[in-house]
Amino acid sequence: MKEILSGNEAIARGAFEAGVKVASAYPGTPSTEILENIVAYPGIDASWAPNEKVALEVGIGASFGGGRALVTMKHVGVNVAADPLFTLSYTGVNGGLVLVTADDPEMHSSQNEQDNRNYAKFAKVPMLEPADSRECKEFTRLAFELSERFDTPVMLRTTTRSSHGKSIVELSEPVTGLPEPKLVRNAAKLVMLPGNARVRHPFIEERTRRLAEYGDSAVINRLELRDPTVGVITSGVPYQYVREVLPNVSTLKLGMVHPLPATLIREFAAKVERLFVVEELDPFIEEQVKAMGLTVVGKEILPLCGELSPAIVRRAFAGIGIVGATHALLPPFIPIDLPGRPPNMCPGCPHRGVFFTLNQLKAYVTGDIGCYTLGFMPPLSAMDTCICMGASVGMAAGVAKVVSAEEQQKIVGVIGDSTFLHTGINGLMEMVYNQSPATLIILDNRITAMTGRQDNPASGFTLMDAPTHRIDLALLCSALGVKHVRTIDPFDLAETKSVISEEMNRPEPSVIITDKPCVLVKREGVFEKGVLLEVCEESCVGCRACLKIGCPAIEWLPTDGKKGKSHIDPLLCSGCAVCHQLCKFDAIGRVI
Amino acid sequence: MNSTVTNILLVGVGGQGILLASEILAETVMLAGYDVKKSEIHGMSQRGGSVVSHVRYGREVFSPTVPEGEGDILFGFELMESCRYLQLMKPGGKVIANDLKIQPPAVLSGQMAYPDNLPELIRSRFPDFLLVDGQQLATQAGNPRAANTVLLGAVSRLLDIPEEFWFKALERMVPAKALEVNRKAFLMGREL
Repeated sequence: MKEILSGNEAIARGAFEAGVKVASAYPGTPSTEILENIVAYPGIDASWAPNEKVALEVGIGASFGGGRALVTMKHVGVNVAADPLFTLSYTGVNGGLVLVTADDPEMHSSQNEQDNRNYAKFAKVPMLEPADSRECKEFTRLAFELSERFDTPVMLRTTTRSSHGKSIVELSEPVTGLPEPKLVRNAAKLVMLPGNARVRHPFIEERTRRLAEYGDSAVINRLELRDPTVGVITSGVPYQYVREVLPNVSTLKLGMVHPLPATLIREFAAKVERLFVVEELDPFIEEQVKAMGLTVVGKEILPLCGELSPAIVRRAFAGIGIVGATHALLPPFIPIDLPGRPPNMCPGCPHRGVFFTLNQLKAYVTGDIGCYTLGFMPPLSAMDTCICMGASVGMAAGVAKVVSAEEQQKIVGVIGDSTFLHTGINGLMEMVYNQSPATLIILDNRITAMTGRQDNPASGFTLMDAPTHRIDLALLCSALGVKHVRTIDPFDLAETKSVISEEMNRPEPSVIITDKPCVLVKREGVFEKGVLLEVCEESCVGCRACLKIGCPAIEWLPTDGKKGKSHIDPLLCSGCAVCHQLCKFDAIGRVI
Repeated sequence: MNSTVTNILLVGVGGQGILLASEILAETVMLAGYDVKKSEIHGMSQRGGSVVSHVRYGREVFSPTVPEGEGDILFGFELMESCRYLQLMKPGGKVIANDLKIQPPAVLSGQMAYPDNLPELIRSRFPDFLLVDGQQLATQAGNPRAANTVLLGAVSRLLDIPEEFWFKALERMVPAKALEVNRKAFLMGREL
């Protein structure tokens, strides 16, 4: 049967067909939908882990227990999971283990665009790179076979375009006859003490050599001979751009980007007059081909930054006369300077009042990764740093170590519930252990919101939607030794301001937890719409105070010149009443 | 140049139902026997940001995104967003847009004005430009929320795909209780 699937849906399907027993992940764009889709298949224990390192460790355990395991994460998640990954490379697997890294060239929703092909080389594990949804499914199945055949974890690298792009996939039946998982002890292989690890290292070097040899004749490394004057080595989605723009050139399409098939590459190079590499981000293939002593052109004509596109590939090859320029090279047509449309916090978002207050208090805010990173945007403009998951806490402690006692009182770390449990909790141990004067605000909206509402250990539900223990964040902070843990209603601006200000002034560790849920949580009894608000036209003097919170439900209606009045869209308002508290003229009231 | 591929762009604001509309379109052309690819960005754009979905179909499709300057049809759910992506269109391409304005943050806060001459601007470059009052037609069909289906009907006239495949795709993708309204909305758009 044929279906149109996204790359993520196809990987979930591929894992099901491969007989996967365990799937573990921490959500992260563009990888999230793999686990969200895998729950529909029977026989798979699928769950969200608190972070990517734990997710991989769950996968490793399942693999050592004899089951096939899928672990998925976004590219920066692999940084978190790198510690177990590098030693897993030494132990190898029992049941097959596949780690999906969903890279994000162009940083559509990420803080950097690191090229995780480098991880495959660094950790000495094979990496497959699919170019469309059909390959996402096929390569996932193959990755499990290779994992067991070569005794290695296998990385599968997607990019935003292959993860979220959709194309036609032919579905197959799941494999049968896999061995039943059971406990098998093998300490020499699985206990990585120096003595054992020294024995394993030569094994993985030999494994890489055998994998390269496999790649020389593997069907996923495809030599397509067309016009012999130009040959292009490429892989993943860039292969599609090459076929689109340069339909007649010869291509070597690599399905396995590490290790590279050296013999096949030499064979291809010998058959074409000029050799090129078309790859996104780093010159990963190019440098290795150059190290083989071959003459090849890549980043001389293609960018190091951002994702490729048919237009970029066309411009590159038009520039050296290999393809003609077309109307694609005309200057872009945008008739006028259009106002931008950046993402925004939702109407009724519980973060809005907190950032409004932090701006008023002139706090120095170390931020973190989540919807609340949007607190950086005007008019809230209340975030000073953002590095990675969990960094807000340790960084707040670090900034406080170097500035004056007076400035220390301005330092506030801001983090979400899921991000706090991901890696922020270690930072809080640092704050308590070394008695930091900084303040931490945990924005507990009961969900991992930015990636599309996934459950987490503080939401009370699992990925399978089963009720579970809900970690009590206040109790957890107290147990760590924070003496001042305050819980506030972020819709009450007066309380929010007085509590934050009090804790900022306190020269010891303190935590403030906000307790209003995300407006997008659909689970019954979590988020409830309040009574809507409206602007009384006669009372509104047009002072624009209510516009300072940047609520999408509040609209400015100009009357003449600079004058105007506010208006609340009843379809967007959720009744949080933050705007009501900003109006000094009592012009915003509940709809009766 | 792969002249056998048809390039369609669906553009608008996060939350308008663009992804569902592009899925119905992709399903339709697959049922009609074509190869199809579709690409869009999830994530940040869901928070009321600008959204563009690329749908490409033909005998064999390579790139999942529409090459700049090769768009055949732009199907806009919101006026300003319809303008923003015109750069992807080829000269002489067809533009159909919903007559709807959704104010972006800079306009809501009174810092910028929503441009008022957008239909004229689009028409100056794309003379066949069709402006559709999707909401009103959908209300006539029985549900203002079926505006996307009205637009889909209007787009369907430009594609050489038999009607049966559109209805089959609607049946697969739309909840059963909303099917009749959506069929009606689709036909109203198709008859524009």
